Amino acid sequence: MIKVEGLTKRYDRTVAVNAIDFEVDKGQIVGFLGPNGAGKTTTMRILTCFMPPTEGTASIAGFDVQKQPQEVKRRIGYLPETPPLYPEMEVEEYLTFVGRLKGLPSAEIPQRVKDVAERCAVADVRKKLISKLSKGYRQRVGLAQAIIHNPDVLILDEPTSGLDPKQIHETRDLIRSLAAAHTVILSTHILPEVEQTCDHVIIISRGSVVARDSVANLTSRLRGAEAIAVEVTGRNQDQLDVGAVRQKLEQIAGVSRVVLKSSNDHGHHFEIESLQGRNVRADVARSVVESGWDLNELRPVAVSLEEIFLELTASEKATEVKQ
Amino acid sequence: MRNIWTICRKELKSYFASPVAYLLLAMFAIIWGFFFWNAVGIFVSFSMQSQMMGRSMPMDLNEMIIRPLLMNTSVIGLFLIPMISMRLFAEEKRQGTAELLLTSPVRDMEIIIGKWLAAVMLYGALLAITALNFIWLFAYGKPDWKPMLVGYLGLLLQAGALLAIGTFISTTTKNQIIAGAATFGVCLLLWVFEWVAGYEQAAWAKVMAYMSVVSHFEPFSKGVIDTKDAIFYITLTFFGLFMTARSLESLRWRA
Ligand SMILES: Nc1ncnc2c1ncn2[C@@H]1O[C@H](COP(=O)(O)OP(=O)(O)OP(=O)(O)O)[C@@H](O)[C@H]1O
Ligand SMILES: [Mg+2]
Repeated sequence: MIKVEGLTKRYDRTVAVNAIDFEVDKGQIVGFLGPNGAGKTTTMRILTCFMPPTEGTASIAGFDVQKQPQEVKRRIGYLPETPPLYPEMEVEEYLTFVGRLKGLPSAEIPQRVKDVAERCAVADVRKKLISKLSKGYRQRVGLAQAIIHNPDVLILDEPTSGLDPKQIHETRDLIRSLAAAHTVILSTHILPEVEQTCDHVIIISRGSVVARDSVANLTSRLRGAEAIAVEVTGRNQDQLDVGAVRQKLEQIAGVSRVVLKSSNDHGHHFEIESLQGRNVRADVARSVVESGWDLNELRPVAVSLEEIFLELTASEKATEVKQ
Repeated sequence: MRNIWTICRKELKSYFASPVAYLLLAMFAIIWGFFFWNAVGIFVSFSMQSQMMGRSMPMDLNEMIIRPLLMNTSVIGLFLIPMISMRLFAEEKRQGTAELLLTSPVRDMEIIIGKWLAAVMLYGALLAITALNFIWLFAYGKPDWKPMLVGYLGLLLQAGALLAIGTFISTTTKNQIIAGAATFGVCLLLWVFEWVAGYEQAAWAKVMAYMSVVSHFEPFSKGVIDTKDAIFYITLTFFGLFMTARSLESLRWRA
């Protein structure tokens, strides 16, 4: 549905987007994840024909954004970073205007306005001036505006920013419910959002795609193994040497990394990562007890997307992961 | 066509949803009203004088009231037009609504013409107020209405040209005050250019004088449609709208 090849965008000197490629299939919800300044907004602006790319091509539903912009524009709904609202209009009036702008037949507009207002929970402020709305409501009106013409592709730039937790939840539900009939691409730097809303993720950092996969795959592939958290204390309030404990843990077969999380006079918290497919929990427990220490805690910790994200976007490792 | 009308209607509603339109209407009505009663006052005292002297000079309402008033309107317009055009694109850029317009299935030119048309229509509404005053003249005298019509046509053509330039200037900034000030400067220059013709005959002076929007209005105020002058305004209008389109395009590149 969306196809991007070698897309590059340069502003005077900064390269905002650097030769990125990706594809999104019909019906997918794709999370576009990246830190500030990664180039998410820039990519979305190119996809929506707001600005042309410096190099490369992008197409939506088979129509090139540069050669057939009108066809592309007819098929997309776009929620920019700041919702594009006219403060002097009432909500209903605004949605009617956008409906006309998107080329809906006049006869259908009142019904569509009613539908999307209900869907985005702005029906109760239909007659209110937009300038008098709270930020959350503005965001919802922005979302309503994006879906009014029932577009094939929805492009949402940080759709949940500025919403309260309940609204965030509702918006995510809304986006998921839209996925049946639409292809959705949404940008965010909030990780749980991707985990909860999207089925695919494209991680972008400093203008390059550093990873793209299904959310489930990415989580398991990058750290095939689980990590476990353990707390080790000395018996009878003894002092315990961190170095000794760490050394012992590292010697256990299958352990790939031991990270000290916190430590005090009596005990130390470690996080132990193991190689893929190895369960080291029993070995760790035995080893600690045999050394004459106490094992106060042992629990598995899920590797969150957040860690993957930080790892991918923070370091040179990014390039390795891509392969 | 539908798109142009969609944009135009939205723009007109914005004018009337804010104090801008009312402020302009009030200002125009007061200033113009003052000019009007002044002109009538002069006319009345003139005709009194000629009656007392026993001469019955033919007094021409058109020549003595309507023509000078139309000329004045042409100049007052230079001051009001920047206030009409300044917000057209600057405000969309500031609010981020440009992103909505430019990603909707609407051609750039449709957006531009829609906005420009709304501005011309608002100016037309201002002129309509002046026409109300002229109705008084018909009640008390027999002015010729044809030259008046030509005069209004000229005023609209002139406004169309200046509004097109104002629209272009509005695309270059996010700040409507800056857009307004710059447009005002341009309008003023296009007015005073004709002054050089008073002391200089060189080619550059002729060009400058030719660029003067007010001097092109003069024939219209006399009720004469001179194609040369009409073409001047129309060319200027196209130029302004064309520049607006180019500016929007480059906005996309830089955005
Ligand atoms: N109009 C512009 N002129 C020059 N540079 C720009 C412009 N817009 C964006 N940039 C630069 O391009 C890069 C990418 O910006 P972009 O807005 O796409 O990031 P983003 O991923 O959307 O970030 P955020 O999460 O903060 O929204 C940044 O380095 C930014 O400074
Ligand atoms: Mg952004």
